[in-house]
Amino acid sequence: MSYRTDIAYLYDGTFHGLLCCVHESYYKKELPFAIYNYEEEQETLFTPKEILTDPDVAGRVETSIVNKISKDALQLVYLCFLSSMKGRELAILHFLRLGYKVGSPVIDMLTHDAVAKVTNAVRNVQGEAHVYKGFLRFSEFDGALAAVFEPKNFILPIVAPHFCDRMPDEHFLIYDKTHKHAFIQQNGEKSLIPIDNLELPEACTEEKMYRELWKRFYDTIAIEGRKNPKLRMGNLPKRFWSHLTEFTETKTTM
Amino acid sequence: MGVLDKLTILSDAAKYDVACTSSGVERKGEAGSLGNTLKGGICHSFSADGRCIALLKVLLSNACVYDCNYCVNRRSNDVKRATFIPTELAELMIGFYRRNYIEGLFLSSAVVKNPDYTCEQMIETLSLIRNHYRFRGYIHVKAIPGADDRLLTALGLLADRMSINLELPSHDSLKLLAPDKSRESILQPMGKIKLGINENKTDIVRYRNAPKFVPAGQSTQMIIGATPETDYQIINLSAALYKKYDLKRVFYSAYMPVVESRNLPALDTKPQLLREHRLYQADWLLRFYHFDAAELLDEKNPNFNPLIDPKCNWALNNYDEFPIEVNTAPYETLLRVPGLGVKSAEKIMRARRLTTLDFDDLKKMGVVLKRAQYFLTCKGRAMLGLPNNPESILWGLLSQRSAEMARSAEQLSIFHMDSNGEELVKCLTGQI
Repeated sequence: MSYRTDIAYLYDGTFHGLLCCVHESYYKKELPFAIYNYEEEQETLFTPKEILTDPDVAGRVETSIVNKISKDALQLVYLCFLSSMKGRELAILHFLRLGYKVGSPVIDMLTHDAVAKVTNAVRNVQGEAHVYKGFLRFSEFDGALAAVFEPKNFILPIVAPHFCDRMPDEHFLIYDKTHKHAFIQQNGEKSLIPIDNLELPEACTEEKMYRELWKRFYDTIAIEGRKNPKLRMGNLPKRFWSHLTEFTETKTTM
Repeated sequence: MGVLDKLTILSDAAKYDVACTSSGVERKGEAGSLGNTLKGGICHSFSADGRCIALLKVLLSNACVYDCNYCVNRRSNDVKRATFIPTELAELMIGFYRRNYIEGLFLSSAVVKNPDYTCEQMIETLSLIRNHYRFRGYIHVKAIPGADDRLLTALGLLADRMSINLELPSHDSLKLLAPDKSRESILQPMGKIKLGINENKTDIVRYRNAPKFVPAGQSTQMIIGATPETDYQIINLSAALYKKYDLKRVFYSAYMPVVESRNLPALDTKPQLLREHRLYQADWLLRFYHFDAAELLDEKNPNFNPLIDPKCNWALNNYDEFPIEVNTAPYETLLRVPGLGVKSAEKIMRARRLTTLDFDDLKKMGVVLKRAQYFLTCKGRAMLGLPNNPESILWGLLSQRSAEMARSAEQLSIFHMDSNGEELVKCLTGQI
């Protein structure tokens, strides 16, 4: 029996929702030409088929990926899901369909289009997650720490555990302005919640002092005779600057 | 003097220390403590010179009793002096770390009063950070040559990495420029650190909770271009240091004229940045690509080619070993192909188990072919339309900047060219 391909899916934008799309594709023998989420513009004349998210179904798909392909494949697919790549859902579906066919070797089939697409997106996600472990900046407000950043990919679920491990006793918040989500660690409780807008209070004197100390260190540590704007721009592109303490204006307090 | 002024003076005085890496040790966080470390390290910013900032790099003091010619902090130099109080520095460093400005501390110092006193002050600072603030992040500390062994050991137990600067690449240069230091006074503590690491390793086998002595190993740095050593001498020295002292890193620092001295290059001397870059590239080849120093340079060609990187240079001089077949070459051979790094070589190994690779496959996998294409075949075929002799390949490998350099060299007739440019090429590939 041949697969139906004149169809698009619409899902809720969650990972579990996407796994339900994978289930639907197998169960109904359909190969959608697109998978949209609720917030996306739909470039189609068809009315997309709405796929409801069922945690049980999603759980079953997860188990089947681990059993029939591998744990690494599930991790790869999850990381790809966090990427900002357009069409990532369809790429994941194609990757998994190939994986169900060939099993665990699928993650090494780097020359296959579906695999190359997923692998490249994951490389991008991991790269961004790594640099933000260094580029994130916290400010202190009444003993709690808060950081705001604007990543391209939704890396908060990967970046947050790093800071939990690093600062197990601190109360802190990390706000992703791009995806409008915040991660909060408070009294040992951790939560990831959607927040539309975050207004931080004005920095206190001590906080301003630390910013000034850091800026001074940043300016002093560069060697004048080796100035190299091109090299810096390659290592630290402009898009990061707006949330970096060393590039933001502070008023002198000392 | 306020903390801001001290920080300014003491980071300014520390900036010529190159090492800012936070790598070499993986340590998870712990409840009741602050901080962790990652094996690969993390860069937190990049300064205007393009270098990575990972650690708060400062001296504890710049009030030095020594008078080394090349050093800004030498006793006879007229600069502002400052000294951190241990509590002051510990608080500042923790404040920076909590805000994620830094990955940890790089602590060095001029010799205040005497080596033992200096070392004690550094130990006090690090004890505060480790014990009072319960800091589990990264600390790189400079060993103070001449300090008591007992103090050196105490310092090493508080730090992740320890380093002693070799300063200059030869005995004679050291004697000329740093009369207060001798090669022995530097190599001896280096040997002791190595011994400490080895002893500690057997302790850890015996007692699981034995405190670790510099778990991320030791490193060193030397100044390039202040004295007449060749690249061949320098890279041989590095190879020996890696072998003999188990160093994790050797850093190279292009000499920046900061003080006037009849023994030093003039103040308007430009730092040899390209040369420094080539030395780092060669250093990488020694550590990660299984090259021997003797393969890269010899007494007849004692310096690296400014126009192309050491690996390309080696490949052109040994062109009879190429091209190699992507689908069958062993991993070690892939690593020797210009343009292929560890990651690309690993990807090729993974992918070729399942399929036979051609050039399009390599591109799809994200293997950059710009340089590698001249040295590879896929399924026995070279890439179409590419030259297959080292002379023409060289021109293909030159970056735009290098090509311009080569052309201007031609105009200055440094190289005597015949009609097809063969002589120039021989110079460039080191055959002359």
